[in-house]
Amino acid sequence: MNTVNESSPEAGGVFDALPVVDEEANRRLHRRLVDAADTAGILDVAYRTLDTPVGPLLLAATDQGLVRIAYANQGHDQVLARLAELVSPRILLAPRRLDAVARELDEYFAGHRDAFDLRLDWRLSHGFRLQVLKHLREIAYGSTASYAAVAAAAGNPRAVRAVGTACATNPLPVVVPCHRVVRSDGTMGGYAGGPRAKQTLLTLEATAPPLPTPAGTP
Amino acid sequence: MLKPFEEVVAEHGPTVLRVCRAVLGPVEAEDAWSETFLAALRAYPDLRPGSNVEAWLVTIAHRKALDQHRARARNPVAVEALPERPTGEGVPGSWDTELWDALESLPRKQRQAVAYHYLVGLPYALIATILDNSEAAARRAAADGIRKLRAIYRQGASR
Repeated sequence: MNTVNESSPEAGGVFDALPVVDEEANRRLHRRLVDAADTAGILDVAYRTLDTPVGPLLLAATDQGLVRIAYANQGHDQVLARLAELVSPRILLAPRRLDAVARELDEYFAGHRDAFDLRLDWRLSHGFRLQVLKHLREIAYGSTASYAAVAAAAGNPRAVRAVGTACATNPLPVVVPCHRVVRSDGTMGGYAGGPRAKQTLLTLEATAPPLPTPAGTP
Repeated sequence: MLKPFEEVVAEHGPTVLRVCRAVLGPVEAEDAWSETFLAALRAYPDLRPGSNVEAWLVTIAHRKALDQHRARARNPVAVEALPERPTGEGVPGSWDTELWDALESLPRKQRQAVAYHYLVGLPYALIATILDNSEAAARRAAADGIRKLRAIYRQGASR
């Protein structure tokens, strides 16, 4: 892939024995960098992806907690670039910080979890949108609420459109359940992850028995 | 606007490793790389957007190598545990035997000038800044270094 740095012809192939890319060393050094950065407290944003029934999700966390979940259709690279701008460019692929998040999401998608017990970093949301998102957590697993009802619950019954915007720009979809907000006429309404993802989540919650992980299962 | 640092590692990590290996050899290269990227990550938010990131990294690597060199000079018995080494170690024709033997025999500045010019493609004006000498001296160091390297290495390889 990286052909730019081949030994220049001037060097007459002297450096041919020195690998242009040494995958094994790169992996080892990357792990070491992540560990050292975390220890030094300069790993501002850690991220990984997780394969789920709604496609690969990007998960990103600061030292305060989970800060962003993004669907593939939102463009993971663009989302990371935006995090670099809004939070910090000190961003590394560092799955370990997201172990608990990945585990809870896996359990949720398997139908074994009906609520998330995760530290959230709300710094990407402000004002009325933040209020709306915090109210979404009151909509129970398996049920839905209308945009109008959420507007009323957030203290501004006329702000139905603003609720729609808050849901559409939810930085923590799935965990903050904007998929449970539907139109008053019973139709689904839009979704950041696309209508199919919203349908998948609503169907999962309507059909999966919301049981805790059975005892004895790791 | 600065990219996520992960992209910097992916784009420039392999080249900086090559430079560390060519300048410092198999035992010290990975420590130098690690210190370079940790220091770079620390300073990264203050990097002026649009900077030549590769030249910036090589400059940091150069300083880290100097630090290691000075530390060793102060404390020459500091080598206890060798770091993990790449596979292919000791295999004839792999870089950490014959090529490194040849590189190691060059004066340090020539080795650096050769690596920065031939592996990274930095212009001599920039290499002069890093080496703290003149552009003409940097050009001469690279030219003398590559000539000597070809002579020694070829000779060794044909044995």
